[in-house]
Parts: sequence; structure tokens; C-alpha cells
Amino acid sequence: MKHEVVEKNVGLMMILIIVAISFGTLVELVPLMFIKQTNEPIAGLKPLPALELEGRDIYIREGCNNCHSQMIRPLRAETERYGHYSVAGEFVYDHPFLWGSKRTGPDLARVGQRYSDDWHRAHFYNPRDVVPESNMPAYPWLFEREVDGTVTGKKMNALRTVGVPYTDEDIAGAEAAVAGKLEIDALIAYVQQLGTLLQTRR
Amino acid sequence: MASFWHWWIIILTTVTIVGITWILLANRKRGEGTTEQTTGHAHDGIEEYDNPLPAWWFYMFVITIVWAIGYLIVYPGMGNYPGLIGWTQLEQHREEVAAADERYSEMRSRYLAMSVEEIAKDPAVVKMGSRLFGNNCAQCHGADGKGRYGFPNLTDDDWLWGGSPDAIKTALLQGRRAAMPAWASVLGDEGIAAAAEYVVSLNGRTTDPELTAQGEKHFQMYCAACHGPDGKGNAIFGAPNLTNGIWLYGGTREQIAHTLRAGRNGVMPAFGDSLTEDKIHILTAYVYSLSN
Repeated sequence: MKHEVVEKNVGLMMILIIVAISFGTLVELVPLMFIKQTNEPIAGLKPLPALELEGRDIYIREGCNNCHSQMIRPLRAETERYGHYSVAGEFVYDHPFLWGSKRTGPDLARVGQRYSDDWHRAHFYNPRDVVPESNMPAYPWLFEREVDGTVTGKKMNALRTVGVPYTDEDIAGAEAAVAGKLEIDALIAYVQQLGTLLQTRR
Repeated sequence: MASFWHWWIIILTTVTIVGITWILLANRKRGEGTTEQTTGHAHDGIEEYDNPLPAWWFYMFVITIVWAIGYLIVYPGMGNYPGLIGWTQLEQHREEVAAADERYSEMRSRYLAMSVEEIAKDPAVVKMGSRLFGNNCAQCHGADGKGRYGFPNLTDDDWLWGGSPDAIKTALLQGRRAAMPAWASVLGDEGIAAAAEYVVSLNGRTTDPELTAQGEKHFQMYCAACHGPDGKGNAIFGAPNLTNGIWLYGGTREQIAHTLRAGRNGVMPAFGDSLTEDKIHILTAYVYSLSN
């Protein structure tokens, strides 16, 4: 085929470009959407309860994943510091994934139960109060705003359509479960369950 | 991996490599060097030469293709094919950990066999301990161990749960949960004010005598069970000494009254599930060394 044919025929050029750039996706990404190793939840994994789910959305809203990863790589330097490396089965209910790609702050994949709730409250209110050298922003407004529970059930329903096994009772009880809770309660509840299913002594 | 995806990956990868190689070779012009021939494109009078790819560029491309083939033979990549050297990420991690264990375990188990008091004087232990402390404890207790509001200072002689090596190790292994109840509903506003006044008086500060006497009654009835009749605390419950001027949650009248009203439930997380025995031992020695 002459170059000229491709150059002068935009439709054909688009098709060929799509073919050329899709091989990587087809080989590296598509199989992972279907194979067992990446789609089977690890033992004990459950969908996030209503409060944790709202906490996750606050985590996303405040952009925590811009500075914190949730992905411990199988390198000794990381497993010594953070704990057991992350495995695919821990994330099968995560939509979207919050793996992150930048560590201005530490990885949070196993931060659950590592600090007390009191510590998290103090730290979110003003990180410098507990870690003087921290450059994390303060989030005082989380202590004033109540969680909006009116859409919690809808969020669960949306997640159910992409395969998260919420039950009808979960969805029906969602609004009541977060009623009157502050955003800080939701965020701490979310953070405290991160990575707690895989524990090893190191 | 199911054999469908195994072959999917192998076939697509092979097609890609062969396709790229074919495009590279089929479009190659050889031997002509720089010519005056143009592609026929003209943009406002600017024309484009139709020269062959520079040789260095062409051969770099060939090298990347050869490299890719070599990589796919040696390393895993083609579906379930494990690669010639059988490398895996997890195996590499296991080896790294095993190598470190081999390097350090002898030393750690030697320390584990020695008493905390003994190794607390060893500079090597203190150095290791300070690193473990920095990673696991400093977030609450501070890099210097001096604590913060709500998180105890570990460098003084005042201990909530006891400062013996055993008590420190138990705190590390199992964590600690303080349970001071909220007294607002029991004592009422006046009772809280009186009890706070009495606690202030325990520290030799000037107080209202009448209110103090009233507060003492409350104290003996409700507080003495944990803090002791003299207010000197009890390490079994993690009840602090209220007479030495060291305050975890502040020692002003207002702060004491607030503590009385709302209660305090400080939590030290357990590390027994995340750190090995030998590291906890070294960490115990480090914490012990901070105040001894």
C-alpha cells in the first residue's frame, strides 16, 4: 500500500491508527479484566459499608490519592515499612481504583488500625499538631459538615451495577447508616479499614 | 491463566512484533543516500525531502525489536510461559526478605536472648530502635519521643501503664485502651466544676476551699477507684497520676473539667500482629532507654 493512500484518506488513517495503538491495551489490559487472579476477592473482602463508602468519596473529593498511593509493591523496602504487598484480590470492589501514582505522603494501603481514631482526628484537623514536619494540608471543614446521606443508596446501586455485591438491605439502610455523621467520621472509618485483611509480622 | 488468554497474548504480541518489523523493512529505502527527491508535499512552497531513514535511527529500531524478542524469551511475558530464567516479582521479593533475614536474624535473636535493660545500653540497639520508632511510633509520640497533646511523653519518668520493660513490651504487643468514662450525666455541671477544682488542688494550686471540699467527696466516690484515694494513679488501669503536674490532656481548670465531662479513651494500637518478636524487643529497649 502506498503511503499516499493512507495520507489522503482520513477514514482509513483513523482505522489504522486505532489498530496500531490498541495492541498494548488488548495484550496488557483486556486479559486482566477477565482472568481469575485479578477478579476473585481475597478471603473476607466485603463491599464498603455506607459510612466507609461516603468516607471513600470524601477521600476522592479531597484528592487524597494525589499525594497518597494505595499500592505496596513487592519490594522489601516497601514491605518493611508498610506491611504485606498489595494483591489484586484486595481491590476487586474498588471503582475507581485509588492506587495513586505519587507519594508526597506515605502509602496508605495498610494504614488501617495503625493509628488510633483520636490520632486521625488530630491529624486531619491540623497535621502539624501531631507531626511537626508534615506538609499535609489541614482539613478542618470535615469536622463541621455532615455526610449527605440522600445519595448514598444510589451510589451503592451504581456500584452494584458494576459488580459490587451490595444487598437490597444495604442500599435501603444506607441513608440511616450515615445519618448525623460528620464527614470526619466517615473518612476515619474508611481509612481505618484500609488493608486490614492481610496482616503479616515483619 | 486460561489457555484462551494465554494464546491471545502470544498471538497478539507476535502479530505486533512481526507487523512492526514488516512496516519497518517494507518502507525502507536503501542505498540512495540524500537525494533531491521530494515526497510531493508542498506547504506554502515548503517541500519535504523523501530521504531514507538515517542508518543510526534504523538500527536503533532494529535493536529494540531484537531486545523485545530476547526479553520475551528470558522473562515472563508470553501468556503462561515463565521465561528461561523463571523470574517472578514475588520470588524476587522472597529472596530479598530471606537475604535480609539471614543477615540480621542471628543478631536479632542474640538480642532477643538478652534482657531489655542490658541491650538498652547498646548503641547499635538504640540506633536500630530509633529507626523502628521513627517508622512506627513517631507519628503519635513524636520523633523525639516527647509526645503531644493526647499522646504520652515517653522520655520522662511518668508512665500511665508502667515503665518496666515488661509493661512497655505488653503495650507494644497488645496496645492499650484507656477507659475514662464521661461524668457529665453523673456529676452535673456543678459536680464537674467541684471535682475539677479538687483535681487542681491536688497539684498544690490555690483553689476555692468550699468547692474543693465538695469536689473531694465526688473524687473519693467516683474517681478514686482508678486514680487512687490520693490521686496518684494506678498503672493497672492506665489511670494517670493527677498530682505531679504532668497532663496528657492539659491541666487548666477548663481542660480538666472537659476531661471530666467527656471522658477520655486514648488508644495505643497493638503492634503484635505487625512486628516480629525480635523487633518488638529492640523497640522495647529503645523506649526503655529514652527514660533510663
